[in-house]
Amino acid sequence: MTETVPVVTLDHVTVAYGRNQALRDVTTAFVPGAVGLLGPNGAGKSTMIKALLGFLAPDQGRMRILGLDVAASPLEIRARVGYMPESDAHIPGMNAVSFVAYCGELAGLPRADAMQRAHEVLFYVGLGEARYRNVETYSTGMKQRIKLAQALVHDPDLLFLDEPTNGMDPKGRDEMLALVSDLAHNKGVNLILSSHLLPDVESTCDHVVVMDKGSIVAAGPIAALKQPRGRLYELRVKTATGDVESFFERLRAAGVDCHATDEDVVRVFVPGDGGARDLFALAAAADVQVRHLRPSVPTLEDVFAHAVGEE
Amino acid sequence: MPIHDQGYRRYAGTRAPRGRAWTVITRAGMRTFFGRRAFLGLLLLSWSQFFVRTVQIYAAANLPQAAFFAPTPETFRRFFSIQELFVFVMTVYVGAGLIANDRRANALQIYLSKPLTRVEYVFGKLAILMTLLLLITWVPAILLLIVQILFAGSFTFVRSNGYLLPAITLFSFVDVVTVSTTMLALSSLSNSSRYVGMLYAGVIFFSRALFNVLRFVTGASTLSWISFSVNLDQIGDVIFRLPPQYDTPWPVSLLTIVGLIVASAIVLERRVRGVEIVA
Repeated sequence: MTETVPVVTLDHVTVAYGRNQALRDVTTAFVPGAVGLLGPNGAGKSTMIKALLGFLAPDQGRMRILGLDVAASPLEIRARVGYMPESDAHIPGMNAVSFVAYCGELAGLPRADAMQRAHEVLFYVGLGEARYRNVETYSTGMKQRIKLAQALVHDPDLLFLDEPTNGMDPKGRDEMLALVSDLAHNKGVNLILSSHLLPDVESTCDHVVVMDKGSIVAAGPIAALKQPRGRLYELRVKTATGDVESFFERLRAAGVDCHATDEDVVRVFVPGDGGARDLFALAAAADVQVRHLRPSVPTLEDVFAHAVGEE
Repeated sequence: MPIHDQGYRRYAGTRAPRGRAWTVITRAGMRTFFGRRAFLGLLLLSWSQFFVRTVQIYAAANLPQAAFFAPTPETFRRFFSIQELFVFVMTVYVGAGLIANDRRANALQIYLSKPLTRVEYVFGKLAILMTLLLLITWVPAILLLIVQILFAGSFTFVRSNGYLLPAITLFSFVDVVTVSTTMLALSSLSNSSRYVGMLYAGVIFFSRALFNVLRFVTGASTLSWISFSVNLDQIGDVIFRLPPQYDTPWPVSLLTIVGLIVASAIVLERRVRGVEIVA
C-alpha cells in the first residue's frame, strides 16, 4: 500500500495578531481529496488559510503546499491554488465574465483562453445566464458562486474554500455543496473546505481537521473518526421511585458517558467491548428497568463536540 | 441533480511567465477608462491647449504678422503650467478609485491570491495613472516640438534648444511620478474614492494656501517647499533653465518631492495587503 503524499503540511506553525495567538504551534497535514477544516468561529481556520496563501507571515514554523515551501515559492503556489474568500469580494465595475476572465489572465492564462474558461466555469457554477450582468448587482448566493468561479478559472490543483455557503438559502446551499463535492470527487480537484457548519463538511469531505482555539484537536478520515472506541446507544429506563438521575450518576461512575437529548432518551457511550451487556448488568444491579435500548450511529457532530470539549 | 452543468474541464493550455501580471492590471484599467465617455471628454479637453498652440505655431511660421506667436523654450514651460489644471482633474478622476474601489470591494484578497506580488499590483495601478497623465503632458509636449519642426521646415529651433527634449521628458516624468504615487497612496487609505478625491484636492489647495499665507506674513517665499504644487513649479523652472519663481533652493524642493514619493511608498507598503490587521 502506498503512502498518500499530503497536499498541505504545517509544521509547528504559530501565527499571532499582536499578543493574540490565532494559530498555536500547529502541526498537521491535509491529504489529497476533500478535507474539511472544521471549528467554531475564531478557531483559526481563516487565519490558517491566509497564512497558507502568504497573506500572513507565521511567527514560527514552516508550511508546504503541493510540495512547495510557502515562504520560498509563494507565486508558484498561488499559480496552482484557487481561493474563495469568506467575505464578498469582486473587482469593481466588471460584469461576471469580464471579472472571471480577468482573474484567469492574472493567473497567467492567455486572454483568449481566460475568456473561454470564464464562460465555461460560469456555466459550471450556474451563472451562465447572468454572466453579462455587473457583479455588483448579484444576490448573495450569486456572489458566492462567482467567487467559486474566479477561484476555478485557472484550473487550480488545490482549492481553498472559506465558508462557501455563507448567506445562501437552503436550495443554493445544496447546489453549492453539490458543486464542491463534484469538484473533489469527479474532477480531481483537491480542496480544503473551511466551515463551522458540520453538515457542509460531512456531506462533501472525506477527511476532516478539527480546530479549536488555534490548535488542532482532531484530524483524520471522517469515517474513522466516527468509529467509536466503544459503543453508543439510545437508552430509556424506568425506576420504581422515578428517580433516573441517580442511575445515570452510577453509570457515569462506571465510566459510561451519558448525554440527555431533546427527546426522552439518553445517549450513552459504553467504553470497551462489553456494550449492551455491561449496560444491562449495571441496570440489574441498580434494580432499573431498561425500556428502550437501541444502538446509535455517531455523527460528525459527536466527534466535533468531543474534540472541542462540548457536551 | 442540482448542478446546472457538469462541464468543468481541466486546463491544458499555456501560462504566461511570472512578472507580467501588472500588465494585465494596466491593460484592464486602460480599457475601463477608454470605455467611458466622461473620460474621453476630459482627454479631449486636456488636449485643447495643444490644438491652440498648434494653430499659433502654424500662424507664426506662415504669417509675418503672427511672428510674436513663435515658440520659445518658455512656451513649453508655460504649456506644462497650464496643463497642471488638467493633470489635477485627471488625477482625481482616474486615481482616486484605483485602490479605494478595490478596498471597498475586498478585491485585494482576490488579486493577491493570484500569482502576483504586492509590488506588481501597485505597479499595475500606478502604470494606469502614469500612462494617462503622460498622455496629457509628455505626448502633447513632444508633439508640439514635432509640429514646430514640421511648420518651420527646419531643425533650427530644436538644435539651438537642444535641452528641450530631455527637459520635457524629465519634467513630465517627475511631475507624473510625484502626482501618481501621492494619489495612489491616498487611494489606499480609504474605501471611498470620493473621500480620496477630496483629500487630494485638500492636500493641493491647503498646502498652497498655507504657503501663500506664510508668504504674506513673512514677506518671502522661502517656505515654498510647504506647497506640493509649488515644489513641482520650482523643479520645472530649473529643468527648463528658467529663473526659479520662489526663494526656496531647488534642492530643497527636490528633497521634498523625493520625501513625498518615499512616504507614499511606505503608505502603499503598509496598506496593500491581502488581509487588514486591526490591532
